[in-house]
Amino acid sequence: MATTFNIIFYVLTFLAVYVQVFLLVTFLENRKTIKNRKGKVVLARYPTVTVTVPCFNEERTIYKTVRSLLDLNYPKEKLKIFLVDDGSTDGTLNIIQKFAKYSNVKVFHKENGGKHTALNLGLENCDTEFSGCLDADSYVDSDSLVRIMSYFERDESTMAVAPSIEVSNPKNIIEYAQKAEYYMSIYVKKMLGLINAIHVTPGPLTIFRRKVFEELGPYRSAHNTEDMEIAYRMQKNHMKIEQCHDAFVYTNTPSSVRRLYQQRLRWIYGFINNTIDYRGVLFQKKYGNFSLFTVPAGIVSIIAASYLFSRIAIRLWNFVEGKIVELRTVGFEFSSPFYNFDPFFINTKSVLFVILILYSLVIVSIVLGHKIAEKKVFPLHILYFFSIYSVVAPFWLFSSIYNTIVAKRPSWR
Amino acid sequence: MKNNVDWKKYFIVFLITLTLFLSASYLSDYFSTKKINQLKLIQDEISLDILSSETQFALLSELSCKNVSGFSVLSDLLGELGAKLEWGESNLGKTEEVEYLRKYYSLLQIKDYLLMKQISSRCGFKYAFVLYFYTTAENCSECERQGLVLSRLKNKYPELRVYSFDFSTDLSAVEAMLAIYKIEDTKLPALVVEGDLYTGFQDIDKLEPLIQETFGLEEEGEEEEVKEGIE
Repeated sequence: MATTFNIIFYVLTFLAVYVQVFLLVTFLENRKTIKNRKGKVVLARYPTVTVTVPCFNEERTIYKTVRSLLDLNYPKEKLKIFLVDDGSTDGTLNIIQKFAKYSNVKVFHKENGGKHTALNLGLENCDTEFSGCLDADSYVDSDSLVRIMSYFERDESTMAVAPSIEVSNPKNIIEYAQKAEYYMSIYVKKMLGLINAIHVTPGPLTIFRRKVFEELGPYRSAHNTEDMEIAYRMQKNHMKIEQCHDAFVYTNTPSSVRRLYQQRLRWIYGFINNTIDYRGVLFQKKYGNFSLFTVPAGIVSIIAASYLFSRIAIRLWNFVEGKIVELRTVGFEFSSPFYNFDPFFINTKSVLFVILILYSLVIVSIVLGHKIAEKKVFPLHILYFFSIYSVVAPFWLFSSIYNTIVAKRPSWR
Repeated sequence: MKNNVDWKKYFIVFLITLTLFLSASYLSDYFSTKKINQLKLIQDEISLDILSSETQFALLSELSCKNVSGFSVLSDLLGELGAKLEWGESNLGKTEEVEYLRKYYSLLQIKDYLLMKQISSRCGFKYAFVLYFYTTAENCSECERQGLVLSRLKNKYPELRVYSFDFSTDLSAVEAMLAIYKIEDTKLPALVVEGDLYTGFQDIDKLEPLIQETFGLEEEGEEEEVKEGIE
């Protein structure tokens, strides 16, 4: 039995390490080309762009979101801002209506129908060459749009460009843990962008050529992850998605474990179910690295993380159980674990070295994310990331697998 | 959009990953071998110490008991070896080498037991001896609990000498001990305190007074019984 578990362990960790090495090799191949542009980016031509902001009960953040859009370094006459109130029950509508005075802002109000319906309303009214979305809890850097648009100017075949997303103003350790994770994500997405294998075009300011929706149709509900489904659909139709690593968008992240759990449950559930919906693209050479690397890597990550975390949980339980037995048998006696410490007892099983390799590669990816974003690394955030995610991640991983089996769709909040 | 797949890269990444895994395995093997060598070194040291003690004992008639020294050091070494072997069994795997070390360790324990019994009775040292039989062949939670009780008592009474034997050890000397004390695998854990057999888990409240009583009450003749059994 132990051997079977060990074989599963080695196969899964091998695949997980493979994924990390693949990303690292991609970075090393392209390290000279990944540079942040200094100063203002100027385009030869400024195409027209519509940014739709779907809002549902976002009264706390929407003002700042719209303000950041109005402050973008992009010609006002070329930028349209659609604020779509998706049947909010708080003061969101009142706030967004105050922005109606701006000539390039248009306010819509509709019954609640979900984010994809709000985005589709924006698409229906869109007459610009490019269209994008900005989540109502995110704020754009003033140079982000022009930097994104430069990617379209550079390559006509580029159909969508996603920005780098950072955590806005973190306050507690849950948010700091996510800050480290988001930097890792900047690195991962950039690498996936370089190999044409991006699987999600996130809500915070991904810009698309309008042609994408004209050819592929509007957003779909897609298990509450419409931003993932549209990327899958684009990949299936051989449309190129890029990652503009020096265009920054700041997003509010869940500040409590419960909210983080709900968000991740939705993401992982979305990933599993979109992958099931698009299972036909898996391991097909014609769909490139997206089909051969990104989606399998996502599947491996979910299975490996679930397995590793369960092993940790079982070990932890055995340890606690052993301590309980000891307490009941001989009572409590204080003894320092470092008393008479002998290096003989340091675990040197290959399992340990393999785990060390995997963790080191994850740390490298977080550090490289910081490097790409040209930010200082805070080792404490990495520590928060590992400690919080190791405890909470198994719950959302298992819940999303369970929900998929019983076909229970997680809610937005 | 061109969907170029760089198969060479996929293969190179595979080779790098494989190298990382093989390095992990090599490192693990390297440290395991080092640890086994360390265990062998301790065993050699104990073996030498026992031989030296036996020689010392043979010379006892010509020496006074004051000159008998080094036994508590020997006991510490045996204890250390036992702990490391136990750790090795669960962490290095039950390899042939570890099994061999376990057998050798059992033999050293018996030799130490016989010698210590003789020395303590002749020189009047206050030692208490406990023979502890357990099993690793099947899941024995009571054995684990018994081990905890004995460790705690050993910490409390440095003069307590616990010799532990795995029922499944394939060694004639151990089998002889099992035969002498009529140890059955269905009644494990089993303890022999001053010749008396106790089967099943013995809690600390029962065992502690028993051990306190036996300090300095070693009887002659028992070791002869064991010797005969081994022969």
